[in-house]
Amino acid sequence: MMHESNIIKYYVRRLVLAGLVILAVSWIIAPFIISMLYAFTSPDDYYDPKLIIPLHYTLRHIQTLLALGVDKAIMNSIIVALMTILISFALGLPAGYAFAKYVFPGRDALRLLIIGLRMFPIMVIAIPLVTLYMRLGLDDTLLGVALAHTAMALPFVIIITSSIFAGVPKELEEAALVFGLDRKGAFLRITMPLALPGLTAAAIFTFIMSWNEVFIASVLTLTNRTLPAFILTSAMAAPDFIKFAAGFIMVVPAMVFVFIARRYLITMWGITLR
Amino acid sequence: MVDVHLRGIVKRFGKTIAVDGIDLDVMDGEFIVLLGPSGCGKTTTLRVIAGLEKPDAGRVLFGDKDVTYLPPKDRNVSMVFQSYAIWPHMKVYDNIAFPLKIRKVPRDEIDRRVKWAAELLQISELLDRYPHQLSGGQRQRVAVARAIVVEPDVLLMDEPLSNLDALLRVKMRSELKKLQRKIKVTTIYVTHDQVEAMTMGDRIAVMNKGRIQQVGTPEEIYLKPRNLFVAGFVGTPQMNFFKARIKVSENNIVLVSDDFEIRLGSRYVDELLGYDGKEVIVGIRPEHIYLEKLVPPTVTEKEVIEGKVDFVEALGSDTIIHVSTGKNILVVKVSGSHHYRIGSNIRIVLDLNHIHLFDKDTEYSILKR
Repeated sequence: MMHESNIIKYYVRRLVLAGLVILAVSWIIAPFIISMLYAFTSPDDYYDPKLIIPLHYTLRHIQTLLALGVDKAIMNSIIVALMTILISFALGLPAGYAFAKYVFPGRDALRLLIIGLRMFPIMVIAIPLVTLYMRLGLDDTLLGVALAHTAMALPFVIIITSSIFAGVPKELEEAALVFGLDRKGAFLRITMPLALPGLTAAAIFTFIMSWNEVFIASVLTLTNRTLPAFILTSAMAAPDFIKFAAGFIMVVPAMVFVFIARRYLITMWGITLR
Repeated sequence: MVDVHLRGIVKRFGKTIAVDGIDLDVMDGEFIVLLGPSGCGKTTTLRVIAGLEKPDAGRVLFGDKDVTYLPPKDRNVSMVFQSYAIWPHMKVYDNIAFPLKIRKVPRDEIDRRVKWAAELLQISELLDRYPHQLSGGQRQRVAVARAIVVEPDVLLMDEPLSNLDALLRVKMRSELKKLQRKIKVTTIYVTHDQVEAMTMGDRIAVMNKGRIQQVGTPEEIYLKPRNLFVAGFVGTPQMNFFKARIKVSENNIVLVSDDFEIRLGSRYVDELLGYDGKEVIVGIRPEHIYLEKLVPPTVTEKEVIEGKVDFVEALGSDTIIHVSTGKNILVVKVSGSHHYRIGSNIRIVLDLNHIHLFDKDTEYSILKR
């Protein structure tokens, strides 16, 4: 039997919770909707102070950006992000595996050092990096940007993958060794499939980090701009609705990528590994 | 099928010595149990045999072939892990078939053997499922099926029943033993459960502190423990131990404890002559002590002791009576239900044919039988 005041308490609690959830969601989603809306608003509607929700829509802003070469910048960004994933995983996966599965002297110190590296302000190394890149012929190349992004993403890739590999029980690999595989085979056929959801998460993280990174990309490139660097240099002087259109272009590919990768993230084989 | 020989195996982890010089011979087709408390090195020994650990010293022989430095995959061993180690991303069928696929067995042969193993372990209807859809007992069966499907030379089991509930454990115990008899594979089985060891093993190797304490049939281990550790580790309730001084006078031996004397007469004179005046540890199992009114006629050599009932555990089929004789408490196991008031006087009888004496310093058994 429920007392009347208890019923009221219950509904008040539900109401407060719902309010908080709505607040949290709109905090993230409102700017996103606004930028999407204004990216397609005709200039007249945009500057009309009486209109909050615009009435006339146009693709002109996007076309303007395309004329400026935003399509090439998008391609550059995708290439850089994929290269960053490739290189940082090629380096970070073995390191993460070693941290997870082997005990060796200096392990904890090394782990700390890797996190410490990430704290190093990127501005400080930007100029030396440019001179170094010029000497190596890496300036204004996508590979150069990807390498810089790799340096930024690697600590996280190592830490994340090591915790993923630590989540795959040691016995599963040992069983593979006993039943006829060598270490490499056990890694590829047992550990990797089990770690895949977690590794996907790490890949998403790396992609978004590279996709969003603007400072190093602007400093290192001139003609081969990635998307954020391109927007910073070309769209920022333009009217507001062009900026909104640029913001929209920034967000959409990242959203699509996350949406596709998300399916691998949540569950696989009916089990969830961190 | 193969016989296994360990020669002076030593394994250290940092400063701790996990295995401290183990010699063991396992016969072809034998079911041997490594029994010991946790941390005694039994699992490490098993992993050395599997090839998952390289020993710091010593050799592992399969037949006359030295496999000490061979990787696990080249040893033709199978292992059932304590956590089962079923691969969660494969269906039951693929789990069992995987070792055969790696060995490049033809597809129809794989199918035949997977079905044979599944039938043997009664999991035929589970082949299409993923491991997370199985109960603990079913997973255990899958792990065993995977282990026997390759027809290994040596089957290794690392506490395979410890994660099952009590009823299932008893059932699997006899099933595993029957299975092993049927396929006649040399089996090395690790457990800390003495009942498992006693019921399953053809022979038992009792281990402690990285060393083998005694190897023998379950009966030998139970009736003729070689030292204090084996005597105390095997048997429930635990063997009674108390200190006594040996008094030898004219071929007549008396054990003088704090509370009572045990007259051994002229038996064991040869073994005990050197111990005159020394203190030894006396051991006797609870089932070798009787209530005076219930002494069976088979007990010919006996000593009657008076005491007070200290505590009674009624188990239904048995009654465990703790009898205080003064400074010592002797645990007595009698079959059937018996009611005693705590504090009441009781007369118990020790069966002197089942008395054990241990050297206080070396802890070795003194009496030869």
